[in-house]
Amino acid sequence: MLLQIHEPGQTPDPHADDRGLAVGIDLGTTNSVVALAHDGETRVLRDGDGNGLIPSVVAYGEDGTVLVGREARRQLLERPDTVISSIKRLMGRGVADVKAVAGTLPFELDSAAAGGMVRLKVAGRTLTPVEISADILRAVKARAEAAQGKGVDRAVITVPAYFDDAARTATKDAARLAGLEVLRLVNEPTAAALAYGLDNGAEGLYAVYDLGGGTFDISLLHMEKGVFQVRATGGDAALGGDDFDHAVAEHFLAERAAALGHSTLTSAEAKQALATARVAKECLSVSTQGEWFIDLGDQPSRHALDRATFEALAEPFVERTIRICRGVLEDAGVTADEVKGVVLVGGSTRVPLVRRRVAELFGRPPLADINPDEVVAVGAALQAEALTVGSDTLLLDVTPLSLGLETMGGIVEKVIHRNTPIPVALAQEFTTYQDGQDAMLIHVVQGEREMVDQCRSLARFVLHGIPPMTAGAARIRVSFTVDADGLLTVSARETVTGVEQQVSVKPSYGLSEEEMAVMLRASMLHAREDMELRLLTETKVEAGRSLLAVKAALAVDKDLLSAGELAGIEAALAALEALLSGTDRAAVQAGIDALEAATKIFAERRMDRGIRQALAGVSVDRLDQTLLPDA
Amino acid sequence: MMTKDTLPAAAAALLPCWSCKGPVSARALFCSTCGAVQAPGQADHFTRLGLARGFDLAPADLDRQYFGFQRRLHPDRFATRSPKERALSQQQATALNDAYETLKDPLRRAAYLLRLAGQVVNVEQAGTVDDPALLMEAMEMREALAEADGPEAVAKLQAKAEQDVAACVKALSAAFAADDLDGAGRLTTRLKYLGKLADEAKARRMRLTRHDF
Ligand SMILES: Nc1ncnc2c1ncn2[C@@H]1O[C@H](COP(=O)(O)OP(=O)(O)OP(=O)(O)O)[C@@H](O)[C@H]1O
Ligand SMILES: [Mg+2]
Ligand SMILES: [Zn+2]
Repeated sequence: MLLQIHEPGQTPDPHADDRGLAVGIDLGTTNSVVALAHDGETRVLRDGDGNGLIPSVVAYGEDGTVLVGREARRQLLERPDTVISSIKRLMGRGVADVKAVAGTLPFELDSAAAGGMVRLKVAGRTLTPVEISADILRAVKARAEAAQGKGVDRAVITVPAYFDDAARTATKDAARLAGLEVLRLVNEPTAAALAYGLDNGAEGLYAVYDLGGGTFDISLLHMEKGVFQVRATGGDAALGGDDFDHAVAEHFLAERAAALGHSTLTSAEAKQALATARVAKECLSVSTQGEWFIDLGDQPSRHALDRATFEALAEPFVERTIRICRGVLEDAGVTADEVKGVVLVGGSTRVPLVRRRVAELFGRPPLADINPDEVVAVGAALQAEALTVGSDTLLLDVTPLSLGLETMGGIVEKVIHRNTPIPVALAQEFTTYQDGQDAMLIHVVQGEREMVDQCRSLARFVLHGIPPMTAGAARIRVSFTVDADGLLTVSARETVTGVEQQVSVKPSYGLSEEEMAVMLRASMLHAREDMELRLLTETKVEAGRSLLAVKAALAVDKDLLSAGELAGIEAALAALEALLSGTDRAAVQAGIDALEAATKIFAERRMDRGIRQALAGVSVDRLDQTLLPDA
Repeated sequence: MMTKDTLPAAAAALLPCWSCKGPVSARALFCSTCGAVQAPGQADHFTRLGLARGFDLAPADLDRQYFGFQRRLHPDRFATRSPKERALSQQQATALNDAYETLKDPLRRAAYLLRLAGQVVNVEQAGTVDDPALLMEAMEMREALAEADGPEAVAKLQAKAEQDVAACVKALSAAFAADDLDGAGRLTTRLKYLGKLADEAKARRMRLTRHDF
């Protein structure tokens, strides 16, 4: 039996022109970049001076003004306590996570916050990392709108592949606050591979090594005829150029202490030392030595640094990335020499030591002809176009970290293992351990270690109403679902009685829906209208699908209707079509419902005809068609 | 209208399309009338990927089928569609990933084939093994691993374990080809153990070559 191939019907976006542009955004620790793709051609959107990079720095004025980018970075040294940088390092972080590293962060934390999400004290305000990231995204959006002279309301936003669920959710929340609909969260190395692969027609196994300001990712991808399949990924969400800066700053400060005696630094002074260290580090990528000054409290000190010394300081961090690379190769079951090419991404891959060590590991020099700063945003823009306009390419990504549940004795039972292709849904059965136990705590964790306290806690919830049974008799099925954005939803069900609870994993370090609602109201003048507009668009998409479906059905089965019946359906079609040009969501919904009512008898007759035909053995081909992939 | 349970199979396999409400085959991925993506129906992993049921499976064939279906069904193809279509595409893609992951790995594929044939081999949990030769072999290998003192010695053991795995896969293929399900069951248990030993050797080698992993 030859099966027909039927192209999936396009639901035409009824008002495609009403929609703003869909861009790609690389929301980086140090710099953010926004790009746009049109017909496969990509453009990084630049400011008047041609700069593509927008420093991810936000300056908060006492008067409530918010400044992002170059100007904010300039103020970093003048008004350090009102300027925030590297906020990405805190995305999805809890107060407890951050306490451990608080001393090394150039932030003042709100120590009053007892649990949940970290809060920062800035210029008399208390802000979450989500709100600060939203301020960056608003500036990015404004840049894109200025460059295009058109509204931008949808985006593909990239995240480090190694970001956990909390950090991904925080990123999505930030976009929502900034008035951007997230079409998809795409992993940074995957976006880079897409941009590189499409541009160079790459085929085979490639590695993407991404060392930015604050995060490290390594992904192994197989590229073949437009399919980008991630085989394995790994990384460290807190490892990057910032660590080199810290090492150099500590080196300088130790020299300074030796010369001038010890003194405790304010957070402002620490920021200055870090800024000097960073300048030194970047210089040493091109020159082999140099001299820098740290000018604190009228006591300047002079620091000479050569590349060899810098490399000794950076070595432990680079070594960590190399070890992670080896682990990812093992996970993918491949050896380094099977990798056809290594794509370097991120500003920190300009460090000669990094290039050398990566070349050593893979036994080949990394690919040179790539702009490491912009390739991620370009890939995101290509994906934004693919999602909105369509495309032949396909990205198949994986979960970076294992997901599991706490069981007796604090041991983690993994439900989804790392490097599993997404979307994925898996379930595991558990049982009660006490007689008559009527509730069960479901504790969801993420990570590779065996003990709960060494993994990241994502959420806790309680399944209530388990009917009293003897220990071990209840059957509790816990299902994990990870969507294409890499976001997890967990539900639990007692299978004997069907008691069910569902959470999209959010609570531990995230913002609650209520907190989000308050922020949305506070931050967006037009929050309500914005929400209403989104709902209207969704309803119109649904109406478009209904119209298409009824017209398609009429095209094949119109003869089942009397002239009067047909006229009734056509009137309902016309009415709904007319409503699409309006803005009344309730009216559009009513039009959809009316069309459905008008076609009820038609639908019944169509089913009857289908069954009669099947019984008579006719036309089964048309109904039984299934779809064959292209050979 | 006839009720469903009085219908012969051909007609019972028809469902109303959620979108245009007309008849659509329970196996169809898209409605032939209106093109709407349908819910993933009940199908075994081979059928879902359009592959012949059997142990021998060329990785290239599996990839080609899997990519082909994902190209049409992946959520990225439905990003601007209605919520219902987005949800259905996610279910379809999830079912494809499940099929792909199960069939890709020879051990999981073998266990799955046995399950389809009504035999259960649990590949996730260490069950009881009543094959003394296999137990002996595993014990010897573990001892050798414990005694191996350098990365080279461990690498050698790992290579040996991987050879054993390959040989076992070959034997499994022969057993399935001969329809010898008992033999295939025993070999699947053996493959599970050999795979574990290979993993242990690999883990040991990684610990020896990397300090903090
Ligand atoms: N020439 C250079 N030599 C060394 N380091 C450099 C150089 N240029 C930039 N960097 C470093 O690269 C980092 C910024 O890189 P990039 O813009 O790729 O990061 P990001 O995308 O903002 O961060 P992430 O991807 O971690 O979120 C900074 O630490 C910066 O100091
Ligand atoms: Mg980056
Ligand atoms: Zn239909």
